[in-house]
Amino acid sequence: MVELEYYLILSGILFSIGVLGVLVRRNAIVVFMCVEIMLNAVNISLIAFDRYNNQHDGQVFSFMVMCVAAAEVSVGLAIVISMYRNKPTINLDEFNLMKW
Amino acid sequence: MELFFFIPIALLSVLLALGVVFNSSPIGSAVSLIGMMLCLAGVFVLQSAHFLAILQVLIYAGAIMVLFMFVIMLLNLKTAEDSVWKSREHNTLLSVLTGFLVLGLAYKMVEIAMDSNFGPGMPVKDGFGTTEAVGTVLFTDYVLPFEVASILLLVAMIGALVLAKTKID
Repeated sequence: MVELEYYLILSGILFSIGVLGVLVRRNAIVVFMCVEIMLNAVNISLIAFDRYNNQHDGQVFSFMVMCVAAAEVSVGLAIVISMYRNKPTINLDEFNLMKW
Repeated sequence: MELFFFIPIALLSVLLALGVVFNSSPIGSAVSLIGMMLCLAGVFVLQSAHFLAILQVLIYAGAIMVLFMFVIMLLNLKTAEDSVWKSREHNTLLSVLTGFLVLGLAYKMVEIAMDSNFGPGMPVKDGFGTTEAVGTVLFTDYVLPFEVASILLLVAMIGALVLAKTKID
């Protein structure tokens, strides 16, 4: 029986790796992938607490997280495609039209 | 026994997540991410959330990652990306601060998890995490969020169509 803490530690480490990727990478698609890592880390801790309390609410929440992730990815990749049409690059540093 | 399976899966998923961040080609990142999703499905099975594990494989490793692969192939990023793996080389201070920020975040999260004193969890009843059990909760207590999620998916579908179809300038 693995303690709850191990799952929370795994979740925290994966979330930090996702934050690192979002802050460091310049490629828009890889930034989206790192956001996916963060969402998955949240799912781990939701399900761990769910098992700990022996109820199913957390699993329903992580189901909702999956729905939101699917919606976010489809819209985000459509935005990436339309950005690529205007300027043939997906380097995020080159898109500074709305920058102050 | 559960620890015997948990440790390798957790290490592998952390390694693959680092592979997503530090891979130079986007397709390599996507393959690493698929591996990480499958490892996390294993973690869900260890927590006896079987329905969520199946959903993880179907939705994340299946649908979402196929979408990623599709867009990477469509944009042909091998030629488009002139700087393959570049951090902000023009701002060393910022990179170092980012590294410290993320290390501090990870350290604080792990420290909180280590310090907190959870007792042993409640015993798991029969049929925990099956489709029937999760579906019962989903369609009784959370039926309104479920319907709202369907509207969200519809809006996302229309939005993706409109965004990818028209030319914005």
